Amino acid sequence: MGVVKFSTAAIGVGLLVLAFAHWLKLDYFYFAGYTILQFIVLATAWNILGGYCGYVNFGSAAFFALGAYSTVFLHKLYPLPIPVLIVIGAVVSGMVGLGMGYLTLRLRGAFFAIATLALAVVLQTLVVNWEYVGGSRGAYIVSSDTIDIAGIQINYIEYLFVLMLALAVIALATARTIERSQLGFGFAAIRDDELAAETSGVPTLRLKLIATALSGAFMGMAGAPFPYYISYLQPASAFGLEYTVNSIAMPMIGGTTSWIGPLVGAVLLGTLQQYATVTISSAVNLLIVGLMLVGFVIVAPNGLVGLVQERLCARRGS
Amino acid sequence: MDISADLVINAIVAGLLLGGFYAAVTAGVSISFGMLGIVNIAHPAFIILGSYIVYFVNINLGVDPIVVSIVALPVFYALGALVYQVYYLSFEKRGQESLRGLAFFFGLLFVTEVSLILVFGVDYRYVKAAYIGPSIHIGLIDMPLRMLVPCVTALTLFGAIELFVTRSFLGRAIMAVSQDQLALELMAADPIRVKRVAFGLSIATASIAGALLVIIQPIEPSVGRDYIGRVFAICVLGGLGSMPGTLIAAMLLGVIENLTSTFYGPSWAPAVAFGFLLLTLAFRPAGLFGR
Amino acid sequence: MTALLHVDNISKRFYGFVALDDIDLEVQAGERLGLIGPNGSGKSTLVNCICGALQNESGSVHFDGHLIDGLPAHQRTRRGLARTFQLPRPFHSLTLADNLRIPLLYTVHARSGPLRSTGDLDARCHDLLDMVGLADKAKRMPRDLTQVEMRKLELARAVAAEPKLLIADESMAGLSHSEVGDILALLVQLNERGITIILIEHIMSAVMSFSQRLAVLVSGKKVADGKPEDVVRDPEVVRAYLGE
Repeated sequence: MGVVKFSTAAIGVGLLVLAFAHWLKLDYFYFAGYTILQFIVLATAWNILGGYCGYVNFGSAAFFALGAYSTVFLHKLYPLPIPVLIVIGAVVSGMVGLGMGYLTLRLRGAFFAIATLALAVVLQTLVVNWEYVGGSRGAYIVSSDTIDIAGIQINYIEYLFVLMLALAVIALATARTIERSQLGFGFAAIRDDELAAETSGVPTLRLKLIATALSGAFMGMAGAPFPYYISYLQPASAFGLEYTVNSIAMPMIGGTTSWIGPLVGAVLLGTLQQYATVTISSAVNLLIVGLMLVGFVIVAPNGLVGLVQERLCARRGS
Repeated sequence: MDISADLVINAIVAGLLLGGFYAAVTAGVSISFGMLGIVNIAHPAFIILGSYIVYFVNINLGVDPIVVSIVALPVFYALGALVYQVYYLSFEKRGQESLRGLAFFFGLLFVTEVSLILVFGVDYRYVKAAYIGPSIHIGLIDMPLRMLVPCVTALTLFGAIELFVTRSFLGRAIMAVSQDQLALELMAADPIRVKRVAFGLSIATASIAGALLVIIQPIEPSVGRDYIGRVFAICVLGGLGSMPGTLIAAMLLGVIENLTSTFYGPSWAPAVAFGFLLLTLAFRPAGLFGR
Repeated sequence: MTALLHVDNISKRFYGFVALDDIDLEVQAGERLGLIGPNGSGKSTLVNCICGALQNESGSVHFDGHLIDGLPAHQRTRRGLARTFQLPRPFHSLTLADNLRIPLLYTVHARSGPLRSTGDLDARCHDLLDMVGLADKAKRMPRDLTQVEMRKLELARAVAAEPKLLIADESMAGLSHSEVGDILALLVQLNERGITIILIEHIMSAVMSFSQRLAVLVSGKKVADGKPEDVVRDPEVVRAYLGE
């Protein structure tokens, strides 16, 4: 199925979800759904660099927060429509990703991973000390209850939901397109054996930079509408560890070799977490995510998608 | 701002004391990362776990923190050996250390932190000991005992490890396994067992480091995360596997961090270590004294 | 006639250990050069410096008339310099056909000329696998292969880049007598198609029958370079292998 067909199908599914949401007439669905869609984007973004190329990024929260804080920064200067802010968030996070990648991607994967940790803390420290965006006290982003789109009054939360839905579709379509393209083959070669890839003519540094920039850009896109969603943005919440751990756990549990893995991981884990946060507590919920990550990484290295694939292979016979 | 010589000298001295402590914290990672090549980013989690165990026993039974950590050494050693065994069977054997191994340790770090939050909550915890409070005065210099004692203990620990690695058979086997695993096998030493012992030792040091940590500063579960950057910054800056290099790098970091903290405020301190790490990785990954 | 490969006085040290000491080597187009030397003599370091996995500290490497110092490995491959690894390094998550698709996509495809269709690429992968006798295993994974099959895949992958010069680094180590013959026949076939080959090997019978010229490396220095029958009788070479 080519890009066009897949995208159309994805948009179709998206519209179905939207119709379902409309029919439910539950604001909570939009709130919870937004979070899960956000995780789909984050997980897919992480997987482009992590699952496809084999380079672990421990700084997802930083790229996410960069998108959010770009929005805060611009909000104080001049109010812009959210789609524009999303593009700006993508550019900012993408460029930081590119810059960091340029500094560290010539080293072994382990060093890159540690560097991403370092970047996250440095960025958080910078933001905490930056009074203009609120520093450690945080920033208020007030938005109205409804928004006027082409003359129709739409619930603000529904508007945010639709935006994130669109982002999720774009992210998934991008991931799938990469997977089947020359770029995707190059990524796989880097993941399997970087030296052999380089020797086979793959420009490994350039491809890794592309992956880092793309990955960062999508995370920034996911973060850009966040201040409007949450209304009060604090560094502790924007740079929160749950973004980092989820963006790693969801693809690893879902499966890292295809675009379906992060989707499955995000939907399952996201829903589980919504349930756990409401019924038990948010700390226990995070504990569950952590334990699942450790468990899956040991027992099912190829994630749920991998388990399903093995079952199908076994049934067909080798 | 009034920069008196008094303030600067004391900031430097405190930084050196802090640096000695950082060296002890990093000693474990120097073994696991520098010699075994295992990126154990969960090491600070073991340290903070040690801190909480020390706190718990100290508050309930009144035992001296350092004594508690020494008693806990075998437990931590066993824990380290167990973690290595899981790591080896699940990842090293299958050749998947880079992605899955890292995710594994990250998961451990995360689970430890969240578990501590659930059990102890996020309030700061303190220990009580005779040397927390008083200071020694030498001329202009003010040395709080709660920093001096950990520094001295740290340097002792550090010296002990250095002696072990260079003089004992097992220690040299560990150095050997980091350089040529095949040769070690041919000498009829089991490299996996050597690595397991080494990793166990690395985690055992976390027990002591944990006690020293809670003497120097009050703890809460997320403190471990600040130390990830410090530990790896020191390792990389000092040159992987070079113990003297690690010590010097630790002192350097301690001094610069403390000077920054004194003159620009403590909220910038974490950025110093991590900033150093980024710069080192970007421009001189072999470190100042690299092998 | 300018040599296809000209290694000019290159040296390489690792923190005080001299791995290569002023190495001078020339390879003419179409030649079959054998490179031998005891373990640790610097053969792999030399290959790494020529191919770009390592950078030489002094001297220069010219390939096909151009200076290639400082170029990253992937660009050297695109210019026609290919190698295999001592221990095969296949892309373990890809099928055999896809293993060959990588160099095709990134070297041949990247050179000027019309973009080949997927059908063309598939056909070319199949042809390459056929050349090494692995066509029926196109959809299998590298972990299902035997040792000699992995070596053949390694060679096929190197050839996929349509190289002018192929460095075969111990492609026959650990193989049986008939398997060695297989690989040797393959290399001869490739040479007959116009590919210059540097064969690095320990199996003397293979080296002697294959090489038109033989160079010997001992402790980072080149100690002999000439006709095989002359080189093996050189007293310094004999001393290096048999000791004083």
